[in-house]
Amino acid sequence: MAEVRLEHLRKTYGKVVAVDDVSLAIDDGQFLVLLGPSGCGKTTVLRAVAGLEELARGRIQIGARDVTRLAPGRRRIAMVFQSYAVFPHLRVYDNIVFGLRMARVPAAEQRRRADEAAELLQIRDLLDRYPAQLSGGQRQRVAVARAIVMRPDLLLMDEPLSNLDALLRLHMRTELKRIHRELRVTTIYVTHDQVEALSLGERIAVMQSGRIVQDDTPARVYDAPANRFVGSFIGSPPMNFLEGRLGARDGRAALSVSGQFLAVSVEAAAALAAAGDGAVLAGIRPEHITASLGPEPEALEAAAVAIEPLGAQTLLTAAVGAQVVKVIVPADFRAEPGQPVWLRVDGARVRFMDARTGGVIPLPGSR
Amino acid sequence: MTFRRFAIYSAATLVAAWVVFPLALITLAAFTPRDTLYAWPRPIWPGTFTLATMRAFLGATDVLRSTWNSLVVAVMTIGMEFLVAAPAAYALARYRFRGRDAVQFLVLATKMFPATILAIPLAVAFIRWGLYDTLLGVALVHTALAVPFVMTMVTGIFVAISYELEEAAMTLGSGRLGAVVRITLPMALPGLAAAAIFTFITSWNEVFAASILTVDHRTLPALILTSVVGGGGGAPLDYRFAGGFFMIVPALVIILLIRRYLLTLWGVTLR
Amino acid sequence: MVRSSRAAWAPYLLVLPTLVFLGVFIVYPMVQAFVLGLTDPDTGRLGAAPVRQMISDLHFVPAVRDTIVFTAIAIPLQLALGLAMAMLVQTRFAGHGIFLYLCAVPIGISDLAAGLIWLSIFTERGYLNALLFAAGRVAQPAPYLTYDQPGWLLAAVVLTEVWRATAIVMLILLGGLQLIPRDYLETAHVFGAGPWRTLRHVTLPLLRASLQTALIIRTILAFEVFAPVMMLTGRLLPVLAGESYLWYSLYRNPHVAAAYGTLMLLVSGAATWTYLRVLRPRPGEVAG
Repeated sequence: MAEVRLEHLRKTYGKVVAVDDVSLAIDDGQFLVLLGPSGCGKTTVLRAVAGLEELARGRIQIGARDVTRLAPGRRRIAMVFQSYAVFPHLRVYDNIVFGLRMARVPAAEQRRRADEAAELLQIRDLLDRYPAQLSGGQRQRVAVARAIVMRPDLLLMDEPLSNLDALLRLHMRTELKRIHRELRVTTIYVTHDQVEALSLGERIAVMQSGRIVQDDTPARVYDAPANRFVGSFIGSPPMNFLEGRLGARDGRAALSVSGQFLAVSVEAAAALAAAGDGAVLAGIRPEHITASLGPEPEALEAAAVAIEPLGAQTLLTAAVGAQVVKVIVPADFRAEPGQPVWLRVDGARVRFMDARTGGVIPLPGSR
Repeated sequence: MTFRRFAIYSAATLVAAWVVFPLALITLAAFTPRDTLYAWPRPIWPGTFTLATMRAFLGATDVLRSTWNSLVVAVMTIGMEFLVAAPAAYALARYRFRGRDAVQFLVLATKMFPATILAIPLAVAFIRWGLYDTLLGVALVHTALAVPFVMTMVTGIFVAISYELEEAAMTLGSGRLGAVVRITLPMALPGLAAAAIFTFITSWNEVFAASILTVDHRTLPALILTSVVGGGGGAPLDYRFAGGFFMIVPALVIILLIRRYLLTLWGVTLR
Repeated sequence: MVRSSRAAWAPYLLVLPTLVFLGVFIVYPMVQAFVLGLTDPDTGRLGAAPVRQMISDLHFVPAVRDTIVFTAIAIPLQLALGLAMAMLVQTRFAGHGIFLYLCAVPIGISDLAAGLIWLSIFTERGYLNALLFAAGRVAQPAPYLTYDQPGWLLAAVVLTEVWRATAIVMLILLGGLQLIPRDYLETAHVFGAGPWRTLRHVTLPLLRASLQTALIIRTILAFEVFAPVMMLTGRLLPVLAGESYLWYSLYRNPHVAAAYGTLMLLVSGAATWTYLRVLRPRPGEVAG
């Protein structure tokens, strides 16, 4: 176990910049999730840390050692691949001790560590089987066991759950969390699934187009996205973005949105006015809007577009002028398409962003 | 990394030279004057190049006629090959039926029986059937020899073309045969052409069965074999080298044409 | 890809021509080879006369010995070189496409032409002696392909076959290598295996099916080696296929010729069976 520092990593394929100046510091024992859409460079970062990709620039330090130039096998890392890469010609036991054999660990020690890992992953009964006789979930466990017997300084996981079906994925997520709690191995976990990131990560680094756009706790990443992209990538349904201009109504600061007004606090108005030309986006999570069928003070009038019952709650799609808003409403909410609805926004939870750049406009009192 | 790259390029150069060098030498020999071939000291690079060696070979008794025979046999082989193998390959690619595995196994097993074993009993049978010393008889054997290869190749080609495309055509009013003819065959055409070319080269190169099964109607390899080791035997070196060169020219062109399909010949696909 | 059709007879109709064809031109002659080899040419009855005649012939023992020695030397060389070529292609170095084409060219070259090509090198006034003379190593042409040079005769045939037939081994192994997911090799890398141990513990075991195919095909064809031997040595290096050919075309005796064919078939069959047993997957390793 060790802390890990990535400094100014850069990777190019011809003229394409896959990873652009990525720096991260991961604490000893921390579970860091690299989250982003496919093609954002997250897997490239992971593979560079593993030593499977050559970097154009940058430095990787694990513990006290600079490993940038070391071969993968000498970095004291272990990796779980998306495909698990469990060797089909080796029994489960031989798969688990593969790395120990390569490191010429004594046989008795191999046995001890393999038993320990098999216990932790509940695959004791499978040790004599070949991978062809295992289910996807079991192979996944073998891949994890093979990684943790190495007692690596750093554990790398590349979308390890993406090949499992939905139910198994949920189960393995909990298992991975338990295993990390027991072992406290410093971990970098790559995924494109924001739910996975929020549930597993102690820290989430969100990547877009080869750069890290936000590096924060899961709660902050969700509540205080650093830009429009993060807000729309995390959360399902994603954050709403209402475009408006800073103005005034009845002498109080307000955002004019499709001819209506959204109240803005005095401090926020000052910050928005200072930030630019007044064209802003109001980022609002669907659960921070309440909908009602009758007029309400300070509410935006909208037209219901669609009602989608999701079981525990219902998703209302409504149009404010030409702008579409998604709202989480109680399961018993009823409205016909075209019917007018009134939307009250929880002003304290609104994130303001620059309409042109999509970058967040910081308000006093919040980070 | 640079050392690794150096090692790879050195090894590749060495291997490529090993393959190419003999080809270059036979080409050289085919255009070297006859006197030089027998001279000592023997220069590697001939002082003058000449077409006389090739011309003498092509003008030698029966060479042009047996070249023509080889072409006729190859074309007949391609025709029969597709009549015989293509429908079965389609069936293996598109239908699941009882005995499918057995058919597949039988076809693969025939790869194990080369001309060397089959030719003698076939010669005896062909005498009875009136096929002995006919080009058709040789073509029939060549067709049988190429069946396992062409079938694995063509089955792979059909499998790679989604059946849903045929089904889509059928939902749009085409019959099953119409769907195959209008959709699958055009898409399979490049692959089928490669299979045809492969069949050609197999037939063009085959020497054992052709020598056993013919007397007067020799194919080119059979003619060369008998003029080198036959009763009279001992064809001169210039004849042998020119013949060797003449035999490989189609191979160079043909491998270039079908290189994308080479890996499918053995039942594996290039990805 | 596959579905059952309402017209259940359709696939049978489609495979029928192939089955008939293979029956007439492969299975029937196969059986006939046995029958011919075991038929007394004088009486027309079954008997071991052709087999006895084959065994008592002067060239029989050398033919069996030379064929087996040739196979035992050529096959390991072809396998090692073919694997090296395939792995070179798999490194995907710039220019690997051209390299693959060059290495594959001999696939299209007949064994007859290959024999003639190497004859141009090994014949007395050939390129080898020309080169040695140019290098000042010989003054007079040294003979290689003569009866008192059995080592050179064998070496010339081995080199010819390695040169020509390694391409097939390479293609089979390359196909197999491409089926090995990169993840396996990277896993080995991450878990500390160097190139040699990756080859030994990961690549070769995963390549087993392709190695088996290559071994079987090449061994069978090596037992039938014919044209290169004829071109390079005539009958100085007797081999089984050559004897079969000569018994048919020179001595006009199809029975002994067929007996040689049957012998080749039996030897090939035994080799195939051995490969299948030695290289079979362990129980449970393959699903199903």
